[in-house]
Amino acid sequence: MTTFVELLVNGLSIGAVYALIALGFVIIFKATEVVNFAHASLLLAGGYLVARLWPLIGFWAALLAGILAAALVAAAIEFLVIRRANVASHSVLAIVTIGVDIVLTTELTRQIGTDVLAMGDPWGSQVMRFGGVTIAETRIVALVTAALLITAFLLAFKYTGWGVAMRAAAEDAETASLMGIRLGRVSMSAWAVAGALAAVAALFLCVFPTPGLDRSTSLVALKAFPAAILGGLDSTTGALVGGLIIGVTESMMSGYQNDMAFLGRGIGDVAPFLVMLVILLIRPAGLFGTKELARV
Amino acid sequence: MADLAVSDLVVGYGPVRALRGVSMRVPSGSIVAVLGANGAGKSTLLRAISGTLRFHRGSCQGSVTLGDQRLTGLDAATVVGRGVVQVPEGRRVFARMTVEDNLRAGGLGRPRREYAKAHDQVVELFPVLKERSRQRAGLLSGGEQQMLAIGRALMAGPTTLLLDEPTLGLAPLMAARITETIKEINSLGTSVLLVEQNVAMALSLASHAYVLEVGEVALQGTSAELRTSDEVRRRYLGIADAVEGALETRTLSRWS
Ligand SMILES: Nc1ncnc2c1ncn2[C@@H]1O[C@H](COP(=O)(O)OP(=O)(O)OP(=O)(O)O)[C@@H](O)[C@H]1O
Ligand SMILES: [Mg+2]
Repeated sequence: MTTFVELLVNGLSIGAVYALIALGFVIIFKATEVVNFAHASLLLAGGYLVARLWPLIGFWAALLAGILAAALVAAAIEFLVIRRANVASHSVLAIVTIGVDIVLTTELTRQIGTDVLAMGDPWGSQVMRFGGVTIAETRIVALVTAALLITAFLLAFKYTGWGVAMRAAAEDAETASLMGIRLGRVSMSAWAVAGALAAVAALFLCVFPTPGLDRSTSLVALKAFPAAILGGLDSTTGALVGGLIIGVTESMMSGYQNDMAFLGRGIGDVAPFLVMLVILLIRPAGLFGTKELARV
Repeated sequence: MADLAVSDLVVGYGPVRALRGVSMRVPSGSIVAVLGANGAGKSTLLRAISGTLRFHRGSCQGSVTLGDQRLTGLDAATVVGRGVVQVPEGRRVFARMTVEDNLRAGGLGRPRREYAKAHDQVVELFPVLKERSRQRAGLLSGGEQQMLAIGRALMAGPTTLLLDEPTLGLAPLMAARITETIKEINSLGTSVLLVEQNVAMALSLASHAYVLEVGEVALQGTSAELRTSDEVRRRYLGIADAVEGALETRTLSRWS
């Protein structure tokens, strides 16, 4: 039972972090109808800066810098690449983002080399005990932070002028522009917010029990893709639920893999993609989505 | 306040020529009607003015000016900022958003005080929008959606309002209601460019009208002139013999 609770909390925690990534992915898709395959590299960029800067300026300042930088890089991709790429088709733009991803990831992995960079976070490997249940502090901080950020985002999306503009542009870009909404700003802000969320996610993907940021971090981030897709690419709720499903599945599968030895080792890594496939077979637009990926 | 003028407008969608040298003028404070059959280029004209041709891969030559400012080449949001706001064909309300959020979307660019004032005006004009404020716009009836579409455009504070077939698909009573509203909006000082297929209604509102035919201005004149023109009567009002008074009877039976 305690194992189950520990696995569940850890799963929810990592799931909330996936949800942060998936949320950014969904915002970009909603605002620009572009599937952003460069998302993992944005995350890597944010995390890399935090890891390099904290010895110089301290953890909190480094975190802030990493978040700002990731937001800026994302906005720059929108402004310099997506907006200029004079192609009508959104699928072509998705391929353009693959190009961006390759450039960014290659450069960053070259910088990182074979190092494992510590994030310099204040939580280290401390754990908290509730009865017999032991949970790492980092997991709790991750869960709380992700929950707060997601709530703040959803409130802003629902109530602020920015949210209204985003939703209007997502529903009908032409009419939104007829109402005076600046589509360029909407799409750039979507990219920036997604970049900032990705940088926060990077931090929590690289702290305890993970040893640190290394060249494989962007592969870990890839698990958020199935989260976004199974939830429905154009649904913020979907991103949340998708993230949690993936996180819990992965945690349970890894935790109980000895009992499921017949499935083979490493099932925890494959599980997210299996879950996604099963859900897409039943609901092609994802759990909460209205648009099928095939139609993009 | 300034006149909206279009001159020598040529618009193409790829190889398709939709407008071939159209010129017209909407004097400040007036209502001007644009009539024409399906495919004549009426919506294209409004797209060219509003700067939304790029959404249809259309390109445009010629000029659109508001007073002495050129609107040609500006993006759609900037045109709205200059006070030229369009209510598109088919209403196009944001169906998944609430009525209130639709109105907000219309008034995003405005300072708080102006926004509140515009909002009061709009709900006074269309009380139903207040009653339904929390409902999703997609659930409104066609007439209510048209009111929302007009209300949403008014939130942007237009000095010139472009209306694309606002009575399309509405029952006569609702169409009459919209007609009254257009008159009221105009009486408060907003110029109106009204695209309509309902010729009798359009001519009753407008002081001046243009008839488009396959991308060209085929006829133009004051509403009174056009109403008595044989051509208009035959082709758009469906009156074969120019019987004196026929139009009036028709109008009355339609609106009473
Ligand atoms: N997006 C588009 N791509 C290609 N051709 C178009 C496009 N939109 C309109 N057209 C063509 O341009 C011409 C004018 O169309 P437009 O929609 O302006 O007519 P309209 O007068 O508004 O007609 P209706 O009364 O049916 O709304 C038509 O021949 C139409 O087929
Ligand atoms: Mg039309």
